[in-house]
Amino acid sequence: MLHILRRIAATGIVSEPLPEPADEATLAARLQRDILATLGRALTIRHVDAGSCNGCELEIVALGNPYYNLEGAGIRFVASPRHADLLLVTGPVSKHMTAALQRTYDATPEPKLVVAVGDCGCTGGIFGESYATTGGVASVIPVDVAVPGCPPTPIDILRGILAAVNARQA
Amino acid sequence: MKLGALRLVPAPLAAPMPAQRARVGSGELLSACRVAREAGAELVALWVTDDSDRGEGFCVRVLLRADDGLLLLEHRLPDASSRYPDLASVFPSAARMQRAAFDLTGIAAQADDDRPWLWMAAWPIDRFPLRRDFAASPSWQPGDEDYRFVRVEGEGVHEIAVGPVHAGTIEPGHFRFQVVGEKVLRLEERLGFTHKGIEKRFTTLPIAEAPRLAGRICGDSTVAYAFAFAQALEGLAGVAPPPRALWLRALALERERIANHLGDLGALGNDAGLAFGLAQFSRLREDVLRGNRAAFGHRLAMDFVVPGGVARDPADAQLSAMRDEGTRIADDARALRTIYDEHAGVQDRFRTCGRVAPDLARMLGMTGLAARASGGTRDLRADFPGVPYAALDVRAMHREQGDVAARVAVRFDELFESLRLVGAIVDALPPGAIAATMPPRLPAGLALGSVEGWRGPVTFAVETGTDGAIRRCHPHDPSWQNWPAVEHAALGNIVPDFPLINKSFNLAYSGHDL
Repeated sequence: MLHILRRIAATGIVSEPLPEPADEATLAARLQRDILATLGRALTIRHVDAGSCNGCELEIVALGNPYYNLEGAGIRFVASPRHADLLLVTGPVSKHMTAALQRTYDATPEPKLVVAVGDCGCTGGIFGESYATTGGVASVIPVDVAVPGCPPTPIDILRGILAAVNARQA
Repeated sequence: MKLGALRLVPAPLAAPMPAQRARVGSGELLSACRVAREAGAELVALWVTDDSDRGEGFCVRVLLRADDGLLLLEHRLPDASSRYPDLASVFPSAARMQRAAFDLTGIAAQADDDRPWLWMAAWPIDRFPLRRDFAASPSWQPGDEDYRFVRVEGEGVHEIAVGPVHAGTIEPGHFRFQVVGEKVLRLEERLGFTHKGIEKRFTTLPIAEAPRLAGRICGDSTVAYAFAFAQALEGLAGVAPPPRALWLRALALERERIANHLGDLGALGNDAGLAFGLAQFSRLREDVLRGNRAAFGHRLAMDFVVPGGVARDPADAQLSAMRDEGTRIADDARALRTIYDEHAGVQDRFRTCGRVAPDLARMLGMTGLAARASGGTRDLRADFPGVPYAALDVRAMHREQGDVAARVAVRFDELFESLRLVGAIVDALPPGAIAATMPPRLPAGLALGSVEGWRGPVTFAVETGTDGAIRRCHPHDPSWQNWPAVEHAALGNIVPDFPLINKSFNLAYSGHDL
């Protein structure tokens, strides 16, 4: 135990401020305010891999590392769509995942925000539309915000999440 | 490979290690596999090519690897109704490869298990995407499929179905547990959810786009895939990348191994209840990704390896920063290893959990990292060292216990070895060009690429036609060999230990489903 505490103390706090916002308020405060105004509580996210190469997943997982400290901003990944405010969907939506994605969407309560992550989620990316892929998340469920990139960086994904919360508020 | 009794007539085959190809007749395929297995060979991959447009029927290709190199057995079938012998009795991992080959080409092995493997009713069951005459129709709607899982009967036995959408941020797959109480009596995997038609896509994309596609088959192994694909294209073209490019490729490959091992070591601590481990290791992983962004232009080093060489030349300052950062990460990881080793709760979860004994691992034909945790010793970097590995004296790490603790230990050992290699590569990096010119048009032929990625050997077979375009491209992930072992590893364990067992393998879904 002592080893662990020593290491925690030696590491210190590495969390970086959230990306610079356009206005003077800090993004963290704005993010929390928007989340509270829209949802009245913390934002919960259910991730759905709809045929991704796993690249986007790596960057979504990175959002949880101490540098980005997603939970510190009141955002949490949950294990069931029934507990989620927002779906974070990756992949060109393989035809084999369309039913699972649709069912996940149906199981998600309002406000049912959807963020499509990555070039594949936006347009099908390099996989395009084929016998096995549908060509993007919007071809299966309604999308609030699409975040391009292959894969998008953790900060880009975070911006997409914020944009979805803001868009629904407006 | 010593196959003297078989009277095969081998011909040379372009590959990054010694390789030969040989035609085998109908009676010879199974016996050739038996003899090869007795001589210590393992099955690398099995795939089928439609050559009916050339009037040559179909070709079943079986790629084997022995201590002295690769052997590609090629078995011609006159038409689509012909069958080939079931190889699963010799190489158990062939079973799923044969089922997948049927889903995509309609060519069946003489096997008892006629269930689909990658097919899930997204296209009609009597159409085969890798047939020359295949044409997708927009009117096809994904249908329902009634997959026959094996059920266990008896008092108190019940079934738990998990996935394809899992509780964590991971790839989709389905696991069917038969349990009594919380003890696992049987686990059956169902994969194919991320099937994206990649092999077909290779034949329809312009060849200039193909390296990008290769780098997006399996995102966590993008360097290994782009690397093996580039080797195959260079083999076809007869192009040798300049030494500096080969050294920089190895640098990116080792950085990929480091980043994945760091991520897994954190996640494994977390799955055992030590969130501290996740926070610490995910911080170190992020440091590596930021270094990649600076040096390779991309956090995962996507599109850094290109046919002919590499896409950019990192600045000296970035390279020395990698070496210095490596020293710091090694110091931190050593301290964290001591904490893991001395933590009673973590060790209680890791030890004896999800065990695959060495005998079973050999029988199943496991490969890569997971095999090395179950007594295996093979590592392409050590067994077939090219430039630069021959100059770096790579040590293949291995453990005997085959449990989660062993897979953790191999990751730690390989992490330190790769950190050492990064320092050695930076110190000895030769000057010069970073890419050779690829010809505008590839000659017709077949060539292989194979690289020891962080999970194990990533292999490509690329065939070009007389028009210089890709005629057939088969990528192969080591997860094919290791997924069946996860079903064994879970037996007798409790259901709540499955996430830990699964993470300790951390196999690919996208790389497998293609």
